[in-house]
Amino acid sequence: MNVTLRVWRQRNAEAPGRFETYEAKDINPNMSFLEMLDVVNEDLTRRGQGPIAFDHDCREGICGMCSCVINGEPHGPEYKVATCQTYMRSFHDGETITVEPFRSRAFPLIKDLVVNRSAFDRIIQAGGFVSVSTGSAPDGNAIPVPKQNADLAMDAAACIGCGACVAACKNASAMLFVAAKVSHLNLLPQGRPEKEKRVLAMVEQMDEEGFGACTVTGSCEAVCPKGIGLSFIAKMNRDYFGALLKMGRGRPATVET
Amino acid sequence: MKLDAKIPAGPLAQKWDKHKASIKLVNPSNKRKYEVIVVGTGLAGASAASSMAELGYVVKSFCIQDSPRRAHSVAAQGGINAAKNYQNDGDSVYRLFYDTIKGGDFRSREANVHRLAEVSVNIIDQCVAQGVPFAREYSGYLANRSFGGAQVSRTFYARGQTGQQLLLGAYQALMRQVGLGQVTLVPRTEMLELVVVNGHAKGIVVRDMVTGRISSHSADAVVLASGGYGNAYYLSTYGRGSNATAIWRAYKKGALFANPCFTQIHPTCIPVTGDYQSKLTLMSESLRNDGRVWVPKKKGDKRSPSEIPEDERDYYLERKYPSYGNLAPRDISSRAAKQVCDEGRGVGESGLGVYLDFSDAIQRLGRAKIEERYGNLFDMYHEITHENAYKSPMRIFPAIHYTMGGLWVDYNLMSNLPGLYVLGEANFSDHGANRLGASALMQGLADGYFVLPYTIGDYLASQKPGSRPKPDAAEFKQAEQETSERIQKLLAIRGKKTITEFHKQLGRILWEHCGMTRSEKSLKEALAQIPPLREEFWKNVNVPGEGEELNQSLERAGRVADYLELAELIVYDALMRDESCGCHFREEHKTEDGECQRNDEQYAYVAAWEFTGVGKTPTLNKEPLVYEEVHLAQRSYK
Repeated sequence: MNVTLRVWRQRNAEAPGRFETYEAKDINPNMSFLEMLDVVNEDLTRRGQGPIAFDHDCREGICGMCSCVINGEPHGPEYKVATCQTYMRSFHDGETITVEPFRSRAFPLIKDLVVNRSAFDRIIQAGGFVSVSTGSAPDGNAIPVPKQNADLAMDAAACIGCGACVAACKNASAMLFVAAKVSHLNLLPQGRPEKEKRVLAMVEQMDEEGFGACTVTGSCEAVCPKGIGLSFIAKMNRDYFGALLKMGRGRPATVET
Repeated sequence: MKLDAKIPAGPLAQKWDKHKASIKLVNPSNKRKYEVIVVGTGLAGASAASSMAELGYVVKSFCIQDSPRRAHSVAAQGGINAAKNYQNDGDSVYRLFYDTIKGGDFRSREANVHRLAEVSVNIIDQCVAQGVPFAREYSGYLANRSFGGAQVSRTFYARGQTGQQLLLGAYQALMRQVGLGQVTLVPRTEMLELVVVNGHAKGIVVRDMVTGRISSHSADAVVLASGGYGNAYYLSTYGRGSNATAIWRAYKKGALFANPCFTQIHPTCIPVTGDYQSKLTLMSESLRNDGRVWVPKKKGDKRSPSEIPEDERDYYLERKYPSYGNLAPRDISSRAAKQVCDEGRGVGESGLGVYLDFSDAIQRLGRAKIEERYGNLFDMYHEITHENAYKSPMRIFPAIHYTMGGLWVDYNLMSNLPGLYVLGEANFSDHGANRLGASALMQGLADGYFVLPYTIGDYLASQKPGSRPKPDAAEFKQAEQETSERIQKLLAIRGKKTITEFHKQLGRILWEHCGMTRSEKSLKEALAQIPPLREEFWKNVNVPGEGEELNQSLERAGRVADYLELAELIVYDALMRDESCGCHFREEHKTEDGECQRNDEQYAYVAAWEFTGVGKTPTLNKEPLVYEEVHLAQRSYK
């Protein structure tokens, strides 16, 4: 099959960007979308032009590195997959495919399709952990965890931190990401002692990073490669208001739990 | 060179406890005066960095990804072993130790492996406390499943995403320390040189992958946890970014490289479909708990699997290894698959594939149960192949997956270069000639959480606080200059062939001549082909772009340049080891029924290679493997 690509090219954060058009010829429908980009890049290299920069690593949908908006949709047309798990059979012969980076003020562009998502790391740093130091843990079976809680925590923990939820949201809200992390830990007995502190700190950091507010449009859930549901946002809101009532607003580091 | 593994004296089961009690400690108030560099943020790197920071050391953590959470440990699927014996099925520290030694075909170090089995139980406790959502029974207690090479059920798991969940646990611990100011995180940064001052590893030179800036970082000790080197083979289950550069630079600065030819080929991967393919995807070994591996009995049988009646199928693993069946270790299962395909009984378009069939399990347990256990793997298979594995069997074929070889380390995980520690897949110590499933996660976390935090103190206590060199010392300036020159050289070639063309060509040489089976003839052929390819690379590669920008081609070029040297070392090692053991199957040495024929008299040693110059024969150093507890036996899974 042959496709035409319109790809966002931008040398760096300061330089102006624009769409460039490339022809991808004799593409095997069983190629992944990124393998198709590899082929285009090989061709660009041979012709002495700069290859397209894009983030990728595991190429099996788990590392969360790949981050393309394909025809207006983060991670492309298929449901519950990352860009790297999108295959060319999802497109038709002769189609024009538009490829853009994940856009959000909180994800500044680095080059072409590569953006900086370290805001997510800073949100985790604010409270997305259990404060347990190595060596102080009791036996793994000392605290039973009801299977349904463990399963629900796992549903949330499946988040790969790719940022598609932000890219899809008209407000560039990071609520789904933060809700997944908060819920994962708050659902487990090990995460309970820091429950309030965690949700307050992470939400505050999320706001500081410049992500927008959530208006529950559900576009995040629709593009999430791991199918993380909106219900976690409801759960986080509940945890958040509970924590507000208990501890009041403010930097939770200064608040005793 | 005389190699001292520093294995403590005394009975095997007491070595680690005695050692911990006798090594030097650093006074708590002095710990903050020491700085440690950690390269890599996978399970080993993240757990080491966070645990050292908790102790009070000042840590700098480097990774090539945009976030530490993306290191390739994230992709491990099946599980992590621990000798908890929660299933009451006869497991013990000794049994995990013995399975691992035997699985490695008696080419690993007894004391290290025993320690690994001992701390395995603490790892599970630690991870549970961090909030890793392991699978649980309805009682609320932890669930287990079985993995290859073991007859007990000791594998803990979090659906098919165990690596991801364990890594998130370690990453969270790391981020907590970043928040406390104890760890400085340096993402999107690649180590390009190790700096050795007065014979001790004291820092690294790195390239900022966004701006291209080269800079120096000094420390009191350097920890490499940068993973394995399987991407030398081009197609593998590794992440595309996984590379050997950090350990290769250390090797060229004097660190010994041990058992480089021990490369694991995983039996259950999705077969190659075309030349465009960029990587191979693993289907977790846990699938072999319930899936049955088979091929048609008849050669060239092109019927669809459902049309082949039961008595015309050859469940060859169950036939050849009745007691372990489909759970035979990886090396054995991979070779058995190759053998049936060589006989012309392979399936799929290319004939390079075997079936992994779940129809029996679905009939026995129901589809819902199978979905719960392996749902995400079946989904993944469907995405890639567009086939429904609930209805027709998966097709699988072996692929490069892990490297047991790596930098040589002593019992303290320190290389022969004082101050240089090597953890996880980057070192060589625990898996011998074949790693068992669910043991990589165990080793990475054991090294990072429970070994290095103790042993690094022994070295640091011997270094005067504040004595580390400044990053503008002459040794750093020189390393920076060498790094910049190498980059300029790569960019100046502007040849005709792309980096990928060279990498693919090298991969083909290694896969064909030093893959699932090797022989003197094939290895000599590889040795003849690699040097000219390397020469051509340096004359004719096309690396577009500039050094002072985000340049993914330049990153790859540097890594492929290293693979072109490393490949030769892999082959030297395979040629020298004139025996078959584990993954290293020399055609010349097989038993009557086609299994590995070890030669313990001549080859019961660790081959630790010393760099002598590019294209020159490296020097072989031997560390004899002394077995105090285990009797060396012919490995049998029949």
